[in-house]
Amino acid sequence: MTIKTLLAGAGIALALGTAAFADAHGPTKLGFVYVGPVGDGGWTYEHNKGRLAVEAHFGDAVETVFVESVPEGPDAERVMTQMALQGADLIFTTSFGFMDPTINVAAKFPDVKFEHATGYKRADNVSTYSARFYEGRAIQGHIAGQMTQSNIIGYIASYPIPEVIRGINSAFVHAREVNPDVEFKIIWAYTWFDPAKEAESAKVLIEQGADVILQHTDSTAPQAAAQAAGDVVTFGQASDMAEFAPFPRVSSIIDDWAPYYIARTQAVIDGTWESKDTWDGIGPGMVGIGEITDAVPAEIKASAEALRDRIASGEYHPFTGPLNKQDGSAWLAAGETADDGTLAGMNFYVEGLTGEIPQ
Amino acid sequence: MDLSAINPILLLASLMVAATPIMLAAIGELVVERAGVLNLGVEGMMITGAVCGFVVAVNTGSPWLGFLGAAVGGALLSLIFGVLTQVLLSNQVATGLALTLFGLGLSALMGQGYIGVRAPGFTDLHIPLLADIPVIGPIVFQHDPMVYVGLGIVAAVWAFLTYSRAGLILRAVGENHEAAHALGYHVVRVRLLAIMFGGGCAGLGGAYLSLVRVPQWTEGMTAGAGWIALAIVVFASWRPWRLLLGAYLFGGVTVLQLNLQAAGVAVPVEYLSMSPYLATIAVLVIMRTGRAPGSLAQSFHASR
Amino acid sequence: MITLDKRPQPSRLWTIATPLLAVVLTMVCGGLLFAALGKNPVVTIRTIFLDPLFSEFAWYYRPQLLIKGAPLVLIAIGLSFGFRAGIWNIGAEGQYIVGAICGAAVGLAFYPVESALIFPLMVLAAALGGIAWGMIPGVLRVKFGTNEILVSLMLVYVAEQLLAAMALGRLRNPQGMGFPGSRNLAQYPSATSWINESAGMHWGIVAAFIAVIFAYIALSRHIFGFQVRLSGQSPRAARFAGVNPGLLVLVCMGISGGLAGLAGLFEVAGPAGQISIDFNAGYGFTAIIVAFLGRLHPVGILLAGGLMALTYIGGEIAQSNLGLPGAAIQLLQGMLLFFLLAVDLLTNYRVRLRKSEVA
Repeated sequence: MTIKTLLAGAGIALALGTAAFADAHGPTKLGFVYVGPVGDGGWTYEHNKGRLAVEAHFGDAVETVFVESVPEGPDAERVMTQMALQGADLIFTTSFGFMDPTINVAAKFPDVKFEHATGYKRADNVSTYSARFYEGRAIQGHIAGQMTQSNIIGYIASYPIPEVIRGINSAFVHAREVNPDVEFKIIWAYTWFDPAKEAESAKVLIEQGADVILQHTDSTAPQAAAQAAGDVVTFGQASDMAEFAPFPRVSSIIDDWAPYYIARTQAVIDGTWESKDTWDGIGPGMVGIGEITDAVPAEIKASAEALRDRIASGEYHPFTGPLNKQDGSAWLAAGETADDGTLAGMNFYVEGLTGEIPQ
Repeated sequence: MDLSAINPILLLASLMVAATPIMLAAIGELVVERAGVLNLGVEGMMITGAVCGFVVAVNTGSPWLGFLGAAVGGALLSLIFGVLTQVLLSNQVATGLALTLFGLGLSALMGQGYIGVRAPGFTDLHIPLLADIPVIGPIVFQHDPMVYVGLGIVAAVWAFLTYSRAGLILRAVGENHEAAHALGYHVVRVRLLAIMFGGGCAGLGGAYLSLVRVPQWTEGMTAGAGWIALAIVVFASWRPWRLLLGAYLFGGVTVLQLNLQAAGVAVPVEYLSMSPYLATIAVLVIMRTGRAPGSLAQSFHASR
Repeated sequence: MITLDKRPQPSRLWTIATPLLAVVLTMVCGGLLFAALGKNPVVTIRTIFLDPLFSEFAWYYRPQLLIKGAPLVLIAIGLSFGFRAGIWNIGAEGQYIVGAICGAAVGLAFYPVESALIFPLMVLAAALGGIAWGMIPGVLRVKFGTNEILVSLMLVYVAEQLLAAMALGRLRNPQGMGFPGSRNLAQYPSATSWINESAGMHWGIVAAFIAVIFAYIALSRHIFGFQVRLSGQSPRAARFAGVNPGLLVLVCMGISGGLAGLAGLFEVAGPAGQISIDFNAGYGFTAIIVAFLGRLHPVGILLAGGLMALTYIGGEIAQSNLGLPGAAIQLLQGMLLFFLLAVDLLTNYRVRLRKSEVA
């Protein structure tokens, strides 16, 4: 009996999948699976803003659904399946930990398109997308290196994964470029989001002499800690954190998923969607650089904006040789730029950074 | 590695601040447990306090009213637990866990319109004369007022439990509720009051995070602080002064760990983070005198 | 005034009627909540409580109920022995984690060898790991008289840190591009707990049913069940009846730890697939609630586990179909638990309306 109902069910699923395509008049249905609550003010909050942008752009032509705070694992698989069963045409799964569930569910629903954020496994109906946040980090490093008086820059890192290590390297390279005496102090918070711990980390870094704080965690707690300290510079992370502008927050890296979500939805509507790996940066608008405030001297602001524009146009790659690894061995020759493969799996510091990446 | 970068004065000063939210929540739970009740819903009460405090403070512009609102919010939520366990005689462990679930959901709904909003500022005190004492001044006398309120509550609880008649009754109820009842004390009334005090303190602890420490409202922002508070009460063997020590130890491990990292020392973060809990178990084993209150987690029904 | 009289024996009628009453009360209050949130209360309640069982896609949700409910039931059955005997193991979450780590470690050690022996070895390792973790509070209680509630709770935090250390360190997938998390055991044929993944059947579900049957027989027919019940009702009488209280503590802690460890293994090797930092989704704590909702009776626990699973799955459907915030589901679950715990009073006590007596 079970097998029969299963087969019948699979039939329904197939019928539904094709029905959605055949019926050109019905709205295109989009599903979003979030790892955190939409009120986290950071990662999930920005993905949800992307979803709202899609709704605003397409109006009645699309219908979106979402489920928040989905634990990575079996629950994720069920939520995706459920969305697919309810006739979703395109499903965005917005956390690295949803990678295997996305692939599994996609195999069962060949007519539904999936978009997995920050992963590396793809299939005919699974695309991956991520943002080149390290491009934004380059601009942060550029500003930070010139704003620091103490030559100590504090960095609140989350987990020792390639994404975070890339950010540290990129910021460091560009801070050293403008200030050869600059040093980084790095704290691994082992969390993406724990306001109290982030505040503590920022405070510790400030106490140890840092007067610029870069963060790769999502809460505004470090901003508040910097503000309390008085003369410490910070940058917004994930969202603009404009409530702390013009000072201490002097600029920010914004995750802007809206253009990508709108483009991919359009592709499904047009029937031109195909599986691909997207890794976009400042140029296509996936990484936004929040307004550089007047707390930054005009000439630094101008050079930072010039750097932003050169990265956006593709004229300049943030990892351009000559660059050595931390141990002094050569990584990139003069003029050579890093390939995406190395960047994707980056597990080493560049020369000049102190300390070890925890294992 | 550059250990000289760690300034011990600033480290101790930040310890006082880091310990405050867990200390507030823990001192409330200590009173609850001394009355013989185990409320595992501290996390839920803290986060409810965090959102209540934030909402009140933003709307009135006064952080003090915010803290008041947080205490009231935490106490009201704990009253659900109180009525269920004391009047309707439900199991305390299960009810406490349900309270955490309920509090997390409630706070998220209440805080929906407050994401990205800033709380009114809460400035540090600079106690005249005392703050200018070298070394001790910056460590002890230059914090925001809630740090001292927290210490005051701990002192008050100590005095209450040690010297007052009401404190004696509360302890009697916690040690042996049958005997306390036989002596004519209102077991249920005492416990309800203790539970509400615990809720109020947890609320204050939560609001300290949303109004001072972070300060902002985001869902799930207590991130497990309520569970640490529970551990501190045990570590303290239910004694207010030891609780102070416990709060500084648990808060201190985090601060120290971050300080070592920033100074470039490679620390095994996870193993360091689990050490206070192992220490708590060791304390439980070694300090036989610090036995748990006799009637802890047992339901009381006055049979006729 | 209203007074309570303890019933000599729990009322049979109320034992069955109270859970139904609680569910109805939850539906009423939940309906009010949903109406306040601007949703149609009837549709929302139906979506949460009935759609997983009787909707168009119920053929998919019904096995999912088993998958979600199985670990809850398995852990709760183990806990129920101790709870009946007055032994309070509230650290099942930690035993669940340690079981999963031990089992997964054995499986990963063999990778990529295929052998029919691997899975049984993993099961054994997980059970031993869970038993060992559960024995710590047991032994400390017997030897030193420490409170097992508190020790077992402390060990949960220790286990969580251990899990993070394993996911980032020893058990990290060497081919995982530097991301935390182990290899996917569900894709390793000799190590997976799936029996038939598309039908939603894995060994954990089988184990949960076996545990229910064994628990039922042990509690109603076996001397062990008698000793457990007697110890809970009257420790002194139990001692006269020849029960060794220390041994009973160890046995009960061992059973609950072992079953929690097994639940962890079946989850990590099947639905979850891998050891990751957030692998534990709170099953160990939820199972405590399930044990009480089921009145510590094996059949009751089975039903309670099903009910909890229903609210999880129905809640997800309501989120994605009706746009209900995730927090509203948590609130509804909290309410359901409160009502279930509250109405239990009617089972054990008689509520009487009395005129105030003259002393």
